[in-house]
Amino acid sequence: MAQKKKISLKIDDTPIQVDAGTTIMEAAEQLGIRIPRLCYHPDLSLAGSCRVCIVDVKGMGYYMTACSSQVWEGMEVQTNSPEIRQARRDIVELLLDNHNMDCQTCERDGHCELQNLAYAMGVRQRHFEGRRKRFPIEMSSQSVVRDSEKCVLCGRCVRVCAEIQGVCNLSQHGRGFETVVGPAHIANMDDSVCIQCGQCINVCPTAAFMEKRGSGPVWDALADPEMHVVVQTAPSIRAAIGEGFGMPAGTAATGQMVTALRRLGFDRVFDTDLGADMTIIEESHEFLTRLKEGPLPMITSCSPGWVSFMEKFYPELIPHASTCRSPMGMLSALAKTYYAERAGIDPKKVFMVAVMPCVAKKFEARRPEHFSPDGLPYTDAVLTTRELIWMIKCYGIDFARLPSGEFDAPLGLASGAGDIFGITGGVMEATLRAASELVTGKPAERLDYTEVRAVKGLRESYVAIGEHNIHLGVANGLTNAKLLLDRVKAGEKFHVIEVMACPGGCCGGGGQPYPPEGVKVLDSDWVFERGNALYSIDAKKELRKSYENPAVEEIYSSYLGGPGSQRAHELLHTHYHARTPRGIR
Amino acid sequence: MSTCTDNWAEVEAAAKLVLGEKVVAFILERRSQPHPESQLIAVLHRVQAEFGYLADAHLDAVAQLMQVPAAKVAGVASFYHFFRLKPRGRFMINVCLGTACYVKGAERVAQKIIEELGITWGETSKDRVFTLEGTRCLGTCGLAPVVMIDEQIHGELSPDQVPALLEKYLKKARE
Repeated sequence: MAQKKKISLKIDDTPIQVDAGTTIMEAAEQLGIRIPRLCYHPDLSLAGSCRVCIVDVKGMGYYMTACSSQVWEGMEVQTNSPEIRQARRDIVELLLDNHNMDCQTCERDGHCELQNLAYAMGVRQRHFEGRRKRFPIEMSSQSVVRDSEKCVLCGRCVRVCAEIQGVCNLSQHGRGFETVVGPAHIANMDDSVCIQCGQCINVCPTAAFMEKRGSGPVWDALADPEMHVVVQTAPSIRAAIGEGFGMPAGTAATGQMVTALRRLGFDRVFDTDLGADMTIIEESHEFLTRLKEGPLPMITSCSPGWVSFMEKFYPELIPHASTCRSPMGMLSALAKTYYAERAGIDPKKVFMVAVMPCVAKKFEARRPEHFSPDGLPYTDAVLTTRELIWMIKCYGIDFARLPSGEFDAPLGLASGAGDIFGITGGVMEATLRAASELVTGKPAERLDYTEVRAVKGLRESYVAIGEHNIHLGVANGLTNAKLLLDRVKAGEKFHVIEVMACPGGCCGGGGQPYPPEGVKVLDSDWVFERGNALYSIDAKKELRKSYENPAVEEIYSSYLGGPGSQRAHELLHTHYHARTPRGIR
Repeated sequence: MSTCTDNWAEVEAAAKLVLGEKVVAFILERRSQPHPESQLIAVLHRVQAEFGYLADAHLDAVAQLMQVPAAKVAGVASFYHFFRLKPRGRFMINVCLGTACYVKGAERVAQKIIEELGITWGETSKDRVFTLEGTRCLGTCGLAPVVMIDEQIHGELSPDQVPALLEKYLKKARE
C-alpha cells in the first residue's frame, strides 16, 4: 500500500506530523488535546452542526470546526485562547438558551453530555433567555420516549439510526427554530419503522430520547405482600451493572447484583442464562431438523430489535427465523408455569420482572405471543440495566460493598454457554457447542469457537460438525446484518446466521449504562470489555454446556417431556408476522 | 433498475392508487437515471404540480417507489419553503413583502385580505378557493404594492380595491 502523504502542522505551537486527510480534531487527539465536542462521533458521519469544536486557524477570518476540517501543510491551529473559550461558551449558552434547564428533575441528570459540557465550558449563568421550544412528549412506543423539547439538534440519533442500524426512521423535519427530529411526518414512534433498539437513546447527549420507564409497577409489586415477585437478569447485566457504581468496564458483578436484587425485596432471583440454555437446546434441535428439511439458513431470534427489523424490512425471511422464544421469553414462560406449579403459587400472583440490556425487550414482553393462553403476560415488567442501577441507588444500597449472593434454584442454574449470549457471537458459539454433540452423538471436543468472537460487526466462518461443513455468519448492528441478508437473498448458502440488533450485541444494548465522561458511546473496546467479563465467567465455570445443566434436564424430564415436544413448543416457541409500515432497506 | 425489495408489484400498485399512472410513470423514469436519490426534489415538484401539495400519503408512496426512507423524503419536503404539506386553495395569493411593496403599503393590503378571507398567512380559506402566502420581491417594484394571484400580477393596489379583486376570482371559482 502506498504510504500516505504526511502533513506537518502546529497545534498550540507544538509541531506534529499526521497523515493527509486527518482532521484537526484527530490530529489534536494525537497530542493529547481533547477539543470539546457535541455532535461529533467518530463512528458516524460528520455533521459539524453544533459548532462546539471551533478552533482558531492562523490566516482564516473565522473559527473553523475541528471535527470537519482536514489539516493542511503549514497549518497553525490554536485550540485555546480567551477568545475561543469565550466563543465556545457562547455557543453552548446559545444551545441552552431554549433548553428546558430542568436538570434536577430530568432522567439524564448526572449523565447528560450537555450538562457536562456546559459545566466544562464554564457556563455559570444564563445570559440568553430565548423562546422555548414547546413539544408534547411522545410516549406511543413501548420502548422509546421522544421528548423534542430536550433536543439540541445534534443529529446523532438520525445518523446512528441510518448509518449503524440501517433503519432510517429519524430525520430532521422543518427548518430553523421549528426543526424537530422524528419519524416521517413526525408520526408516533409506534406508527413508524422504528425497531425499538434504543441506539438513539444511547447516542443522545440529552434526554430527548429515553427508555419508557418500567420501575413504577415493579416498586408497586415489591410493596404488595400478595405478590410473589421474581426477577431474572440477562447475561450482559452482570458485566455492565458495576459501571453504574464506579467499577471499571468489564467487572463481573454477578454476586453483588444478586444480593442487591434480594435487598430490593425480590422473592426469587432467577437467571436469564437458564433461559439461554433452554434456547440453545431448542434451537440446536430446530437446526438439526432444518439441516434435513430446511429452510436454511436458520437465523437466530433472541434480539427483539432484530426481530422487529425482520418483520418490517425483510418479512420474506420470516420462515428462516428460529421459532424459539428469546431466553427472556422462555424463562418467563417457565416461571409462570413450571416454577409456579412446583412452588404451589397461583401464576396470577407471580410478578415476573426481567432486567435487560435492551429497550426492545419492553416491546417484546407486550407482544400478544408472549401472553399465556388465558391472557396472562409471561413477563410483567422489563427494566433496563440503567433503570436497575437507579433503583439500587434509590434504595440506598452500597453496591460495591455487598457480599456475593447466589441465584435461586431451579431457574437460576445456568451453564457458561448461557453467559456468553450477552456478547455478539455468543449465541453462535453456544449453539455450536450443543449442535456438534447432537450431530455427532459424541461429547464435544471443542468448547471455544474463537473465530466467532470479536466485537467486529460482521464475521463468517466454516466449522466442521460431523460430516457437515457449516457456513455461519455473525452480524451485529443492522447495517451489517443487511449485508449478510442481502447475500442470503442473492442465493449464497449459509447454514446459520446470528443477528444482534445492537453494535456488539447485548453488551452494547440500548439499555446499558451510559459510559463515563470522556468515553465515547458505542465504544467497541468498552463494549468488548463487558464481553470479556462474560467470556471469563464462562471459562471459570465447571458447567459450560447447556446439555449438562441439571436444571435443564430436570425441566425437560419432569415437565416438558423432551426437546421439541408439544409442551416445549407451546411454552418455548413463538411466531412472527410482517408489520407495517414497511421499511426501505 | 434494481428494486431491492420483494414486494415491488405491491409497491407499484399502491403508488398508482395514490399518485396516479402519470406521476408513477414519471417517477419510474426518473428512478432509472444514474443517481436516482438525487431525483427526489424533481419528483416532489412533479407530485406537487399534480396535487397542489404533498400529503403524507403522497410522500409515503414516493418513498416506496424511490426506495428512499420515508423519514428522509418527509425531511426534504418539510425543509423547503416551496413544498406545501397542506392542501392549497384553487388560487394562490402571494402578497409581495419586499422592501418597495412594504414601503408602498403592502402590509395594509395584506391586512385587508386577511380580514376579507378570515385566514392568516399560510392558511387556506374554508371554501378552499384562496391560500394566502407572503413572498419576497417579485421584481415588479415599479408596480408596488403588488399581489400575485396564481401567475397574474396585480399592481398599485390599495386596500379598498381588495374586495372587488377577490370577488373576481370567487366568480371564476363558481363558474
